Amino acid sequence: MSATQEKPMTLKSLSHKKDNLSGGHRMCSGCGAPTVVRQVLLAIDEPVVIANATGCLEVSTCLFPYTAWRVPWMHSAFENAAATASGIETMYRSLRKQGKLKKEMKFIAFGGDGGTYDIGFQALSGAMERGHQLLYICYDNGAYMNTGIQRSSATPMGADTTTQPVGSKIPGKTVRRKDLTRIMAAHNVAYAAQASPHNWRDLMTKVKKALATNGPAYMGIMAPCNRGWRTQTNDSILLSRLAVDTCYWPLYEVEGGKWTINYDPKDKKKPIAEWLKPQGRFKHLFAPGNEALLERFQKLVDDDWESLQKLAAAFGAK
Amino acid sequence: MAVTSTKTVAVTGNQAVAEAFRQLNPDVMPAYPITPSTGIMESFTKFVSDGKVDTETILVESEHSAMSACIGASAAGGRVATATSAQGLALMWEMLHIASGYRLPILMALVNRALSAPLNIHGDHSDGMGMRDCGWIQLFCENAQEAYDNTIMAYRIAEHKDVRLPIAVNMDGFIISHSIESMKFIPDEDVKKFVGEYIAMDPLLDIDNPKSIGALVLTDYYMEHKRAQHEAMKNVKKVVADVSAEFAKLTGRKYELFETYRLEDAEVAIVALNSAAGTIKDEIDRYWEKGVKVGLLKPRMFRPFPYEEVGAALKNAKAICVMDRADSYGGMGPLYMEIASAVANNRGAVLFNKIYGLGGRDLMPHDVDQVIEETAEVAKSGKVKMVKDYMTVRN
Repeated sequence: MSATQEKPMTLKSLSHKKDNLSGGHRMCSGCGAPTVVRQVLLAIDEPVVIANATGCLEVSTCLFPYTAWRVPWMHSAFENAAATASGIETMYRSLRKQGKLKKEMKFIAFGGDGGTYDIGFQALSGAMERGHQLLYICYDNGAYMNTGIQRSSATPMGADTTTQPVGSKIPGKTVRRKDLTRIMAAHNVAYAAQASPHNWRDLMTKVKKALATNGPAYMGIMAPCNRGWRTQTNDSILLSRLAVDTCYWPLYEVEGGKWTINYDPKDKKKPIAEWLKPQGRFKHLFAPGNEALLERFQKLVDDDWESLQKLAAAFGAK
Repeated sequence: MAVTSTKTVAVTGNQAVAEAFRQLNPDVMPAYPITPSTGIMESFTKFVSDGKVDTETILVESEHSAMSACIGASAAGGRVATATSAQGLALMWEMLHIASGYRLPILMALVNRALSAPLNIHGDHSDGMGMRDCGWIQLFCENAQEAYDNTIMAYRIAEHKDVRLPIAVNMDGFIISHSIESMKFIPDEDVKKFVGEYIAMDPLLDIDNPKSIGALVLTDYYMEHKRAQHEAMKNVKKVVADVSAEFAKLTGRKYELFETYRLEDAEVAIVALNSAAGTIKDEIDRYWEKGVKVGLLKPRMFRPFPYEEVGAALKNAKAICVMDRADSYGGMGPLYMEIASAVANNRGAVLFNKIYGLGGRDLMPHDVDQVIEETAEVAKSGKVKMVKDYMTVRN
């Protein structure tokens, strides 16, 4: 029986827990990432050590001589959070084996989508294959936001970015995004999941599961960025919810090869336009003459959702 | 197998370093195979599989991840070692600066190999010279014995409280890494005592005292951090001297910051790193018999570079030929630049530069003879024909 089932999480009980990412950091107002990080840290009862890829989260939470982290935290470069965490976790195992360290600890690596889908992809794949006891979390805002909204392989098709801007000939990003959570599941990791901060209970339950599992774990978490998405600062949670309700970002988990969809909107599934419309980066999709682009976006979402449902049906709980 | 005596053994350079690694028993070893350093990992992982060491290996998917994992593991709070060559080191380059910037005493065996392109797997120093400005302590070794001895001394130097810097021990690819030589190991117990227990400074795994490692440091404090690295480097010289003196007491083998061979009364001086020194010493003996006063200076510690001491050792030389097994295209060879700085205040020495042995091209005794004769000629005439020239190369 896991700790999760013994003590149900309530907002009241969580409000009494120590916040391990302090206020006063320099993340933008309305950014999804610190909300994600605080939910993750609140979900953990054991001592935890964090590795962090270069990115918004890193530069804004640890600007010398200050730090917002109340748990051991390490950053070394952009593409190597998984490799750095591998080193930390392996030293922990070595020292424990030799009797030089007594306490049990958990290990988490945080990276943005640039540091995870793109430049950190190889290091992540290697760490997952080697079977380290660590949880890698990608907070996914769909572009290189830290350096000013450049396109990544997590950027949705059609999005306006500073390196694939919408012009008279090219309507933003021309290709679809990479599906990293499924790629991680294909590594046969112990646990892979997608979560979103609007559903804190689902997110935190998944963090607990990921850390309780025997082996490497991966979580992709939606993290709206009002600067890059061209949205209101008070819309992050709303946009997280819409990403899930439109099935752009389904909540699901793959646990020991078993696929489970955690939230199925069924007949309440919303058209993708409801998620796209409030975002300035997709404004051109609603201009006359671009109907086909919008239709294509809808079809990609529908096809992905259908194939996920098939996976859950074929490889889900019997 | 445990070493209990100091009897002479016949091993390759790679085996010698792997044996040193076994005796040092690092807590974690991340590594990725690359010729010609692969043999170190192969021998060492056999020790791991046979339970001869406490080490946990991380068999990473690239050298970039190897150095990243070294950095994570070292910061976590234990001893870390790795081995690499050429392209592997080049792929680590970004992380080499971070290892030294975070002041982590990581040990690297660097089996020197030429950098691509064109692709080549043989020994030269372009990899080691490429990490010159990365903030690592660099020791260079003539043979398997020196590679073994310097590896045994490495943690004591790197981990010293006045230093806390990563260290690379260099030996020539194939020429040393794959040649069998006779040498002596130190008994396991003596190594254990000599190296001592690791004392972690601010380990990340000290969960009760959480630390943030790797902050963003902007214009207000960056320069102070970098200056502090130079100050730490300045302390290395004394630590290397002290550790080497202690090592000499244990083994009888004496190491200075650089080695001189018949240099004291020499008017003609050759400067060269690593394995070439063996051939040069033989030829120096022959030329003394012919009445040519020629000597060798072989740097052991390349970073930090002991400018004053080298300058003093070369003060009597009338002509100095610096032999570089690496190049800086459009500039002088990297060793030449250091020697030129070292002798800048010496009176009257004429200096010139020979690039040799790139991509593992052999340096034969008759090639050394040419260098000695030309340098002797320069000592007499005071005139250099070509300040920078290439040896044994097609025109």
